[in-house]
Amino acid sequence: MQKDVAIQVKDVGIRFHLSQERVDNLKEYMIKFLRRDLKYNEFWALKDISFDILKGQRLGVLGLNGSGKSTLLKVVSGVLKPTAGTIRTNGVIAPLLELGAGFSPEYTGRENIYLYGAVLGYTKDFLDEKFDEIVDFSGLGKFIEVPVKNYSSGMKSRLGFSIATVVEPDILILDEVLSVGDKKFRKKSENKIMSMFDKGVTVLFVSHSLEQVKRLCDQAIILDSGRLVAHGPVEKVARVYKEMTE
Amino acid sequence: MRMYIQTFLYKYIVFLYRIQEKKFDFLYGYRYNNYHSRIEGQQKSQNGVFMIVRKYMKNFLKYKYLLKELVVKNIKLKYRRSYLGVLWTLIEPLLQMLVLTLVFGTFFGKDDPQYPVYILTGRLLFGFYSSATKAGLKAVSGNASMIKKVYVPKYIYVLSSVLSNFVTFLISLIVLVGVAAVLHVKPTIYLLEAVVPLLILFVFTIGCGLILATLNVFFRDIEYIWSVFTLLLMYASAIFYQPTKIINSGNSWIFDINPLFMCIANFRNAVLYGQPMQMSYFVTSSAFAFVSVVIGVILFYKNQDKFILYV
Repeated sequence: MQKDVAIQVKDVGIRFHLSQERVDNLKEYMIKFLRRDLKYNEFWALKDISFDILKGQRLGVLGLNGSGKSTLLKVVSGVLKPTAGTIRTNGVIAPLLELGAGFSPEYTGRENIYLYGAVLGYTKDFLDEKFDEIVDFSGLGKFIEVPVKNYSSGMKSRLGFSIATVVEPDILILDEVLSVGDKKFRKKSENKIMSMFDKGVTVLFVSHSLEQVKRLCDQAIILDSGRLVAHGPVEKVARVYKEMTE
Repeated sequence: MRMYIQTFLYKYIVFLYRIQEKKFDFLYGYRYNNYHSRIEGQQKSQNGVFMIVRKYMKNFLKYKYLLKELVVKNIKLKYRRSYLGVLWTLIEPLLQMLVLTLVFGTFFGKDDPQYPVYILTGRLLFGFYSSATKAGLKAVSGNASMIKKVYVPKYIYVLSSVLSNFVTFLISLIVLVGVAAVLHVKPTIYLLEAVVPLLILFVFTIGCGLILATLNVFFRDIEYIWSVFTLLLMYASAIFYQPTKIINSGNSWIFDINPLFMCIANFRNAVLYGQPMQMSYFVTSSAFAFVSVVIGVILFYKNQDKFILYV
């Protein structure tokens, strides 16, 4: 892999089995197995996807619902393993997907900072050092000692965002998270992301909104039913996408 | 002359070394002819056994802190909102011991003043095994929301559930010390051997946890089957009766295939009877532990990429 490539996606494919009825108990499985009735419908959520993102490039992923955008993000962030092909990443990744998914509801905000931080692979020393910064940025104040189950969804995602962005990432994976919390916090989070942009972070950004992609990205791809249909500078791709959707 | 021998030896060693390398190519995953191409070769292929182990070790070290956090979380949340908190790890086995002594004392422990210790040793080890495997069984399917959203090595979930149960088990051993002291069980040098069956049981439990966690992802029935099985296991592990009763009735095979019983028996030898451990039990239970871990690891690794599609 060349030095200036941040993410290399090569011939990636993801295959799901769609069985007509879900077989998740032993009896059914045995019966179907004996009758050789275990049929699956194959479904490729992604197929033959290849592209490189160079360091500092900001790539927008466009596509309709069910075109494989989120699956692609999951593959790049390592949650899903591709059925075919390889993914290589170069640098620290901060996936801002479904913020606060790793929270434990019984735990207080303080405890969750350490737990979620550990889930993201941070060390204890790092979290000790950044603790105040995280609390400050989330604007939770004294609520940090309250169990997360009593948080509003806005508070939860504010905390999640603050934890996930405290690390200085090389690669940022965004899934329409710019709409976090109230207007004030949204502004704050956008500023934070913008400041990362200025530092030259590589971005993979998924959105329905063409406007947002145009504003944030310099490159774009279009996915359609799991296939890569266009890849290039954002202006060109945006034009193609407009034609597609109209 | 000396110089000559030295050079010869040196060359011979280098020669041997090269042969070694060729032989163990499959371990390192790369082949190299001289020192300089070594780095390059290393990057080309990472398929050797050692390289894979190294990769996993590195990953494990990265998530060591997460493992600790999860263990702490499991223990903390178990007793949160109860007034007595962690004290319950001591009170619960103590009360269970009292109940079992009351119920079975007249049948099985008539002339044995140390019968409560006998019960407690069995109950504690069985309790650890049953609660740890139950937690391990749900470790993957119960953390579905996490697994679907963030990348974490999945065995961490299984490991943390077994470990947190092991920690509470170790805490509850305090009760055993107390009861043994009250009933005048004299510690002997063999007390040191108590560590051995506990370690074997721990390894065996991890193996079982990995197997159960994997199966439960695909078949949710395992949960129910397992709870019935542990009940059966409880009766087959000589927790409140003397094993001689079963052995004398000609059914000793029950114990010969039960590693949990072997660990309990050796633990009692060390703690209660002050005897050296029974070697056949030691060997067999170690073998069980080893095999279960090997099967567990292979099963888990072969299937872990599919988990996300089923949980």
